[in-house]
Amino acid sequence: MADKKKKNKQIKKANQIKTIKKVLQYLGKYRIFLIFSILLAALSVALTLYIPKLTGQAVDYIVSEGQVDFPAVFRVMIQIGVCTLITALAQWLMNVCNNKMTYQVVRDIRNEAFRRIEILPLKYIDGHPAGDVVSRVIADVDQFADGLLMGFTQFFTGVATIVGTFGFMLSVNVGITFVVVLITPVSFLVAGFIAKKTFDMFRLQSEIRGEQTELIEEMVENQKIVRMFGKGKDVTERFDEINERLRSSSLRATFFSSITNPSTRFVNSLVYTGVGIAGAFGVIHQALTVGQLSSFLSYANQYTKPFNEISGVVTELQNAIACAARIFELIEEEPQTPEPENAVELKDVKGYVSAKDVSFSYLPGRKLIEHFNLDVKPGQRIAIVGPTGCGKTTLINLLMRFYDVDKGKIEVDGAAVDQMTRHSLRAAYGMVLQDTWLKTGTIRDNIAMGRPNAGMDEIIEAAKASYIHSFIMRLPEGYDTWITEEGGGISQGQKQLLCIARVMLCRPPMLILDEATSSIDTRTELKIQNAFARLMEGRTTFIVAHRLSTIREADRILVMKDGKIIEQGKHEELLRQGGFYKKLYMSQFAETSEAS
Amino acid sequence: MRSLLVYLKQYRKESILAPLFKMLEASFELLVPLVMAAVIDVGIAEKDSGYIIRMCLLLIALGLIGLVCSITAQYFSAKAAAGFGAGVRHALFAHIQSFSFTEMDTIGTSTLITRMTSDINQVQSGVNLVLRLFLRSPFIVFGAMVMAFTVDGKAALVFVAAIPLLSVIVFGVMLITMPLYRKVQARLDRVLLATRENLTGARVIRAFNQENEERERFYTANQLLTDAQKFAGRISGLMNPLTYVIVNGAIVVLIYVGAARVNIGDLTQGEVVALLNYMSQILVELVKLANLIITVTKAVACANRIEKVLLEKPDMKDGSLQWNAADQAAAGRETGREAGKSDRKAEREEKQENGKNQGKPFLEFSHVSLTYKGAAGEALTDISFRAERGQTIGVIGGTGSGKSSLVNLIPRFYDATEGTVRLDGRDVKEYQTDSLRAHIGVVPQKTVLFRGTIGDNLRWGNQQASDEELQEALQISQAAEFVGKKEGGLDAQVEQGGRNLSGGQKQRLTIARALVRKPEILILDDSASALDFATDAALRKAIAGMKEQPLVFIVSQRAASIWHADQILVLDDGRLAGRGTHEELLENCPVYREIYYSQFPKEAVSNG
Repeated sequence: MADKKKKNKQIKKANQIKTIKKVLQYLGKYRIFLIFSILLAALSVALTLYIPKLTGQAVDYIVSEGQVDFPAVFRVMIQIGVCTLITALAQWLMNVCNNKMTYQVVRDIRNEAFRRIEILPLKYIDGHPAGDVVSRVIADVDQFADGLLMGFTQFFTGVATIVGTFGFMLSVNVGITFVVVLITPVSFLVAGFIAKKTFDMFRLQSEIRGEQTELIEEMVENQKIVRMFGKGKDVTERFDEINERLRSSSLRATFFSSITNPSTRFVNSLVYTGVGIAGAFGVIHQALTVGQLSSFLSYANQYTKPFNEISGVVTELQNAIACAARIFELIEEEPQTPEPENAVELKDVKGYVSAKDVSFSYLPGRKLIEHFNLDVKPGQRIAIVGPTGCGKTTLINLLMRFYDVDKGKIEVDGAAVDQMTRHSLRAAYGMVLQDTWLKTGTIRDNIAMGRPNAGMDEIIEAAKASYIHSFIMRLPEGYDTWITEEGGGISQGQKQLLCIARVMLCRPPMLILDEATSSIDTRTELKIQNAFARLMEGRTTFIVAHRLSTIREADRILVMKDGKIIEQGKHEELLRQGGFYKKLYMSQFAETSEAS
Repeated sequence: MRSLLVYLKQYRKESILAPLFKMLEASFELLVPLVMAAVIDVGIAEKDSGYIIRMCLLLIALGLIGLVCSITAQYFSAKAAAGFGAGVRHALFAHIQSFSFTEMDTIGTSTLITRMTSDINQVQSGVNLVLRLFLRSPFIVFGAMVMAFTVDGKAALVFVAAIPLLSVIVFGVMLITMPLYRKVQARLDRVLLATRENLTGARVIRAFNQENEERERFYTANQLLTDAQKFAGRISGLMNPLTYVIVNGAIVVLIYVGAARVNIGDLTQGEVVALLNYMSQILVELVKLANLIITVTKAVACANRIEKVLLEKPDMKDGSLQWNAADQAAAGRETGREAGKSDRKAEREEKQENGKNQGKPFLEFSHVSLTYKGAAGEALTDISFRAERGQTIGVIGGTGSGKSSLVNLIPRFYDATEGTVRLDGRDVKEYQTDSLRAHIGVVPQKTVLFRGTIGDNLRWGNQQASDEELQEALQISQAAEFVGKKEGGLDAQVEQGGRNLSGGQKQRLTIARALVRKPEILILDDSASALDFATDAALRKAIAGMKEQPLVFIVSQRAASIWHADQILVLDDGRLAGRGTHEELLENCPVYREIYYSQFPKEAVSNG
């Protein structure tokens, strides 16, 4: 058990080192700034430390009544002034360097993460909650930036201060330096001890916080449902229970971790006292001047401070590394199968589509589509029907190559889809899905998505063909109306019409309509069907629909059940066969007799 | 910011004691240079080792007392901050739960989630820091000045000059950077949006080969963010060097003043050291303060955003009447018994109410219009109709014709802007919304299930429902079969958002959830769209056979789903274009006819 724990710890450590290496790679690009930053840190620390020594000298020139060496005092004053100005400048420049470095590294990492998101297989995106990925790209990177920035600014100066103070103290008096060096580690020990003790408390706090966030997301996102069922009180009670636990764990974590500062401050005052005693006796025995004692006292303060800070920085850095690891996990996620070197561009698409012995499943061991065969000729209208979960949408995932087949192959115009570029394949299809997704932007941007350089007249024409033009014109800003994440005042159906306009504008050689009109009222739908019919003229089309009326005119109907095509043919043929299709169809009309 | 302080009130004792103890600690710290000065001027000058040791023991004692004070202060501030955070979190959560649909529409959920989580965390740590340190720093700064006066009045004037300058810098930088950090936040939001969109819209973006454009868009947003961050960092980075310059400038002046005063015998060497020490203490505190300020600035920005949500007042006033639909139904059925016995006034009045209600419709819309907040036009215009218990009302119409808007008025998800919706003869606004909604089962368009077991989800409808009642609801909603096949049945887990269920399964469970409450009114808002026709038909049949005989509203795009209804409301662009039975409407409502024949071309119907 203990062995296993140790091993886990080792693995964790190895991972940490790996992550640090990766961070360093990103930093490599900005190594000039890093070097500058370190140099500036050294400079500003050295000068900062030199100033107390100068002050001490000044004190020594001010002995007592009538015994003040004014010229010497003035000299020292000028020296202090110059050092101060240089130090301030060095500090600021160091800050600028650190800022630049941190935020550019962070930018690079975010860009890289985004680049990866764009080439991740749909399987990853479908399988991971968007919120999780978003929090990696946003919150984790932010936290990482904070840690990095703090690390740069405080770590270097901290180390430099310790080394520098040590040197300065030695240069003043060896004996008292040892007093300082002997007592200071106590503060380090105290800080370390407290950090260790509080680690578990912090972990508990973030665990509870995670639990609470989950509840918040679920209940705020679906607040309307909560209201509908009048569950506000119950939900708030559940929330309060977690909230109370969070409060007490947060109290413990905050309190115990905040003992660190006073404790180390106490150790500091011990150091200070030690220096006081040793220094005072030193002065009595003429080993030291009063001015040197005064510098020493200020060194004693400066020497101990970075120890406390560094221990804080170390926890912060560990946190940052943990966040970085989560980001790298995303960045290193296996991308979709790369296109082969000699991937062909699919051009002048005729519209032959075939599937040969295709097998596919989302989860290994849970078979979905098996030995699937299909042969579609140019211009054919293929309708896919079947009960929920029979694999209709999966088929579209495969046609668009959102997912790769496990076995067999899919061909377009006789060429295997995995041998061509994804872009040319997808450009060959116009797709309208049941899920009406629009991006934030103007209506015009959204319609012109597939053809960003389309003229306004073409956009309007597409909108007219989709029966959405007059609605758009009624909006206060017409085609420049901004569409937001929440959809803002645009209904599902209208969104779907916009999605249709998007495809109408592209006029792609093949079409995929997955429940493309599910949210549209039937009257508009009828008009849309006519527009589609014109669009489908000579184009290979795949239609998925629940409404059998919309597929009656298909050249071929594929009836799917449990991932297999169980029947296929024209509407009348299938009805005559009297199989599953007829059952489906009749269920729709079962009530005709009842009603009339 | 200010209104959030209410949540500290409960911890008034802690929030006063924390800084107080912190100040005690600081006062002891401020005594240290004086003791040191005594060591130099008395101990060293007179070579009195006993005095030196006594003074140093005093220093240790001061340190110990400081430690105790400080730990006490940390405890109180941690307690106050944690309590404050919990208080705000509760208030905000409860507040959000009280929002009406209108507020949710206008604010948006993702904003609310950030407010609830990261914003509150920031404010909580801000409060903790302020209680602990923000007061300590000015105290030390001013304390050092006061102590300087006790050493030497003239030399202390240097402090008097330096401190206002320092405050100007500290507050100036703070004031300048605050809007800069707000800008950073706004730009971060844009990066967040771009990231989220590319996850939720991955299919469409890829289908339209938009990856490159999206990448460019993201890079631009990201670069803008980086620029803002760098600029804000550069400005706030000015604080330390500037304060450093001023404090050291003051030290230079102090040396000069000290030298002159010592020269004429007004000051001792030890006192000069003490004055210099006080100045260094100020510097140390200011460095700490500068590090804090960013945190505090962020916390204030977050607090303001939280406050804005809290100030958003639900615009819907709750009514006071309980709607005891079942009682009233019973009362309605047993009209005869109502006259006599009861002598309690309230009861009598209620009965009279019921009496009055005789002949009144169960549900009545009279000249109802609805305009959504911020919308240009009316969503519903002048709708009037009546419905009785046990009836089935079909609502059909085009996209955006106002079908959902209409049914949303019944449980008062929105309030009619004109006209009234009456239930049992009373305006729905007079009822307590909870008592109103408790008797209405709604199946919304968007199928939402919660984490937990299937049983948990169904019990949303009625906490007290027995397993048999749940099974019954599942039977009606055509979900019994697949739930039975699930491992664990009712105890099978539903993942977040119901990811482990198909669209049709989810839909049937949401229907069952509404049925579990044995509603007086059941509203199916396009709730069968993911069901195949066979299931849809079976569902409708089962609902029609329910023994509670609720008033059922079926909103649908499919004529087949509603043509058996007792009354069909045909909506067209927010207006009632027709009302009646299927046959009546086919006869005299052109809009209905058009819808119907678009789904069932004449020849198909005659074939059927």
